[in-house]
Amino acid sequence: MITLSHVSKCYTEGIPALNDINIDIEEGEFVFVVGNSGSGKSTFLKLLTKELEPSEGTITVNGVNLRKLRRKRIPMYRRNIGMVYQDFRLLKDRNVYENVAFAQRVIEKSPRQIKKDVPLMLSTVGLAAKYRSNPKQLSGGEQQRVAIARALINKPKILLADEPTGNLDPDNAWDIMSLLDNINARGTTVVVVTHNMEIVKAMKKRVITLKKGSLISDERPVV
Amino acid sequence: MHKISTYLYTLKQGIINIGKNKMFSLASVATMAACIFLFGIFYSIVGNFKNIVKDAEEKVAITVFFNEDLTEDDIKAIGDRIGKRSEVKKMVYISPEQAWEDYKEKYFEGNEELSAGFEEDNPLANSANYQIYLNDVSKQASLVKYIKQQDGVRQVNKSDVVANTLSDFNKLLGYISAAIIIILLLVAVFLISNTITVGINVRKDEIAIMKLIGATDFLVRQPFIIEGILIGLVGSLIPLGILYFMYGKIIAYIMEHFIFLNSIMKFLPANQIFKMLTPISLALGVGIGLLGSRITIRKHLDV
Repeated sequence: MITLSHVSKCYTEGIPALNDINIDIEEGEFVFVVGNSGSGKSTFLKLLTKELEPSEGTITVNGVNLRKLRRKRIPMYRRNIGMVYQDFRLLKDRNVYENVAFAQRVIEKSPRQIKKDVPLMLSTVGLAAKYRSNPKQLSGGEQQRVAIARALINKPKILLADEPTGNLDPDNAWDIMSLLDNINARGTTVVVVTHNMEIVKAMKKRVITLKKGSLISDERPVV
Repeated sequence: MHKISTYLYTLKQGIINIGKNKMFSLASVATMAACIFLFGIFYSIVGNFKNIVKDAEEKVAITVFFNEDLTEDDIKAIGDRIGKRSEVKKMVYISPEQAWEDYKEKYFEGNEELSAGFEEDNPLANSANYQIYLNDVSKQASLVKYIKQQDGVRQVNKSDVVANTLSDFNKLLGYISAAIIIILLLVAVFLISNTITVGINVRKDEIAIMKLIGATDFLVRQPFIIEGILIGLVGSLIPLGILYFMYGKIIAYIMEHFIFLNSIMKFLPANQIFKMLTPISLALGVGIGLLGSRITIRKHLDV
């Protein structure tokens, strides 16, 4: 599903943010990408969303070679990827329903389809009762659930989460990880970038470790 | 092809953009309105002046006299050649008999018996002439040059002062109007561009999310294009309304308080002015709004 072959990314001459990375992620996998600040985790995600171009190597996602992906096709490509961020990135001037509906509106889903899909998705993330609330009225965990609902409403094949528990207390963090696990169980490939090692160890999933831009370990769970 | 709901959505977002950015939008609408207002004033002045010039031009004529030895057929042959020139609007042939009749009417009115002695010997026997009216007084010199080159032409009477003054003043007014309008329109483009830039900055996070979710370039750009067009549209409709209301009142005021102008000026009716001014102003407003937003999107929106 996701293949990185000899991928390097240099922002400035000679200092690689990622250095000769080779990774294969199968469809339906749940993968943690861990590492300290500056290890290249965010660069890794930005390469997958084609916000950045690799300096070297090839990235293939869903059978699409990103280097050959034409600029005009990028929006269609991104519709197969859901993104979740540490700071939620919700629209503060819109309520929960509108935040989730926004993701469908911008890909030109019909108003009828939006009215059908959004309540269902809010039920899935446990926020059906709070659909009229403003993000400011929600806890961090609830805001992240809205963000996850927004990321999943267009039924992407891949969910990329950048430090999804970074702004949450331990209880909410576990709730979110449990939600992501459920989503993965329904067939979505989930890639979580985090430095919360407690969660990583407890969830017993595949763990890719980056250090200063290099892949130093790729541990798969013992079945 | 996008869905109707998408167009409605982008229209709504464009209106929301204006609402979120009230002060800048108001400033842009006001500047645009000032530009179109001034444009409308100049257009009305120039339109009326052109009407006066046209009126005056119709009264400015070149008179061509011919050598004594020419027959009427020779004169008419020369007249046919002159009549084919593009500068010529209308030609009137005045025969010696007609010239004498006109003269009598003008100078012997009431004393017709004094002219009786000339009946057998027309004193204006050599006064056969053509009165030539021009399409455009600025072309008078070229036509006079052509006429003077014709064999048999004795004299060409013309009024350089009237022709040159009308032509030069017309040109001057056109240049001044064009210069002021261009400067104002550039200011309007700049202000609209600034408004859109602020709008883009206000919605920076939203745009970033839209792009990551997979919104097309059209959907990201369109609300800002609509914002620019709406600013231009409102900014041109307001002054058009004010000008329409004012035009009739100003003309009525001038006619009432400057009665002497009535004999020299014939003002155009509002309908005639606004028949052209309305589409031109709307096109200018929308065009400038579109230009301002497109320049800004290209500069600040990397989609």
